[in-house]
Amino acid sequence: MAKRVEIKAPIAGVFYRNPSPEDPPYVKVDDLVKKKQVLCLLETMKVFQKIKSPTDGKIVEIIAQNEDPVADSAVLLILETE
Amino acid sequence: MFNKILVANRGEIAVRIIRACRDLGIKTVAICSEADRQGLPPVIADELVCLPGFKPADTYLNMEKILQAARETGSQAIHPGYGYLAENEEFAVGCSESGIVFIGPDPMNIHLAGNKLKAKERAVQAGVPVIPGSGRGITSLEDAAVIAADIGYPVMIKASAGGGGRGMRVCSDRGVLREEFPIARAEAGSAFGDPTLYIEKYLHNPRHIEIQILGDRFGKVIHLGERECSVQRRYQKLLEESPSPALDDDLRERIGQAALKVARSINYFNAGTVEFMLDGNKNFYFMEINPRLQVEHPVTEAVTGVDIVREQIRLSLGEPLEYDFSSLPGRGWAIECRINAEDPERWFLPSPGVIECYRPPGGYGIRLDTHIYQGYQVPPYYDSLLAKLISCGPDRKSAINIMLRALGEFTIEPVKTTIPLHKKILSDDLFVEGAFDTGFVKKFLPDEDED
Repeated sequence: MAKRVEIKAPIAGVFYRNPSPEDPPYVKVDDLVKKKQVLCLLETMKVFQKIKSPTDGKIVEIIAQNEDPVADSAVLLILETE
Repeated sequence: MFNKILVANRGEIAVRIIRACRDLGIKTVAICSEADRQGLPPVIADELVCLPGFKPADTYLNMEKILQAARETGSQAIHPGYGYLAENEEFAVGCSESGIVFIGPDPMNIHLAGNKLKAKERAVQAGVPVIPGSGRGITSLEDAAVIAADIGYPVMIKASAGGGGRGMRVCSDRGVLREEFPIARAEAGSAFGDPTLYIEKYLHNPRHIEIQILGDRFGKVIHLGERECSVQRRYQKLLEESPSPALDDDLRERIGQAALKVARSINYFNAGTVEFMLDGNKNFYFMEINPRLQVEHPVTEAVTGVDIVREQIRLSLGEPLEYDFSSLPGRGWAIECRINAEDPERWFLPSPGVIECYRPPGGYGIRLDTHIYQGYQVPPYYDSLLAKLISCGPDRKSAINIMLRALGEFTIEPVKTTIPLHKKILSDDLFVEGAFDTGFVKKFLPDEDED
C-alpha cells in the first residue's frame, strides 16, 4: 500500500527546484528517488539548504513554485513510498 | 557638501549611513523592497522609494531602478553600503554616467581590487606574498576539477565578486568539489549577482587580520590599523576586534606597510580594507582588497576616533586626508559582536520571524548599530545580521567585560540569535588570552551537519 509523504519547508524561505538557473531541476514528477537524495533547495537569509528525501519513493506532486517564497512548514512536494 | 544622498542598501548599514548623513546635515533617500517596508531605514530617512518585489535581483541589486530613484529624487550621490552593489564596477560607472557620485572607490579600483584575481596579481607585483591559487575565474565544474588537482587538495572555492563568506566552500577531494561547486555558484549569483568562482590552496586555521585604509583624491593613502577577524564560522566573521592580540608593534607596522603598498599600486581611492591571512609562524599573506565599507568598521572607529562613513563622504567631495595612523591617539580596545538571526545550537540555521521582545543594552563603552525594534518582522529573504554590538574600553580585558555586561542585558526573543554563543566565546580562557585562530569557534558548536 503506497504511503504519501509530505516534504515540508523546515523554515520560511525561497524554494528552488534546480541547483542554479542553468541546471535541470533536481527532480520531476514521476522520478524515483533514493533516501537522502537532494530534492530541492531552500534559501533562507542567503543560506541555501539542500532538502533531502527522508525515504526511497516516487515524486507524485511538486507543490511549491520555483523561486517563490514559502512559509515555515509549507508543503514543498509529495512523495509516494511503498 | 551634498544636499541629498540615496542609500542603496537595507538593514543596519542603511541606518548607519543615514545617521552619518544626518550628522553632516545631508538629506537622505532610503530604498526598500516590498518585504522591507516595515524596516527602520524607511522610517528614519527623509524620503523613501519602495522597489517592487522582494528578491535582491529585483530590488537592492537592481541598478536601473536604483539609478532612476536617485535621478527622480534629485540625489547627488549614492552610498552603496556593503554587499549588493557596493563592489559592482558597472554600477559605479552607471552612477557617474548619470551624473551621480558613487560614494566609494573609483570604478578602476573596483575593477582591480574587487576582482580578487587581479588584485593578487598586483600584490605579487608590489612584492607582497600571496597564497597559491587558480589565478583566473572558473565557470565550469570540469575546469574546477582540473585546477584543483593541479593545486592539490584541500582547496577553497571562492566567489570572485565575493566577500562575507558567501559562495565559499572547502573541498577535501574531487567528490566534494562536484557537489559543492554548483551550490557555491548559486550562492555567489544570488548574493553578488555574479557566479564566477576561483580556487586556491586551503590554509588550515590561519588568523584573519585586515587593515583599514583610506585614500584621498591627492594620492594620499593611509591606514587606520588592523582588525582581528579570526573568530569566524563557515568563513563568516562573528566577532571582530581592534587592535589584534596577535600583533606586536613590529608586525603591525609591516602588515600596515604591505597593505599600503598594495593600495598605492592601484591608486586606491576612498575607504577599503586589505585582508591578510596570518599563519602559526606569523607569516602573512595578502588575500584580497575589499573595496567597500566593511561590516566591522565600527571597531576601527572606536579605537581611532575616525568616523569612516563621514570620511567616505568627505573624500568623495575631494577633501584631503590631513592625518595618518601615527597622528591618532590610541583609544584603547574595541570588540564587535555580530548578532545574527541564527541558531548556534542548530548549525546556525537562519531564524526569521517576529521579534516579540526586544531589550537593547547601553551604558558606558557600548555602541549598538541595528535596524530592529520590538515587533519587527525579520524577513527570510536577506542577510541574517540583526545588530552589531560594539564595546570599547581602555584595554582588552575591559572591552571583554563591558561586552559581557551588555550581552547579559540584551534580549531578542523568540528569534534565535548568536548572543548565547558570544557569551561563551568571551568567557573562554583561550579567547581571553588572545590565543585563537579561524578554527576557534568550532569547539562551541554541535558537530557539523553534513548539509
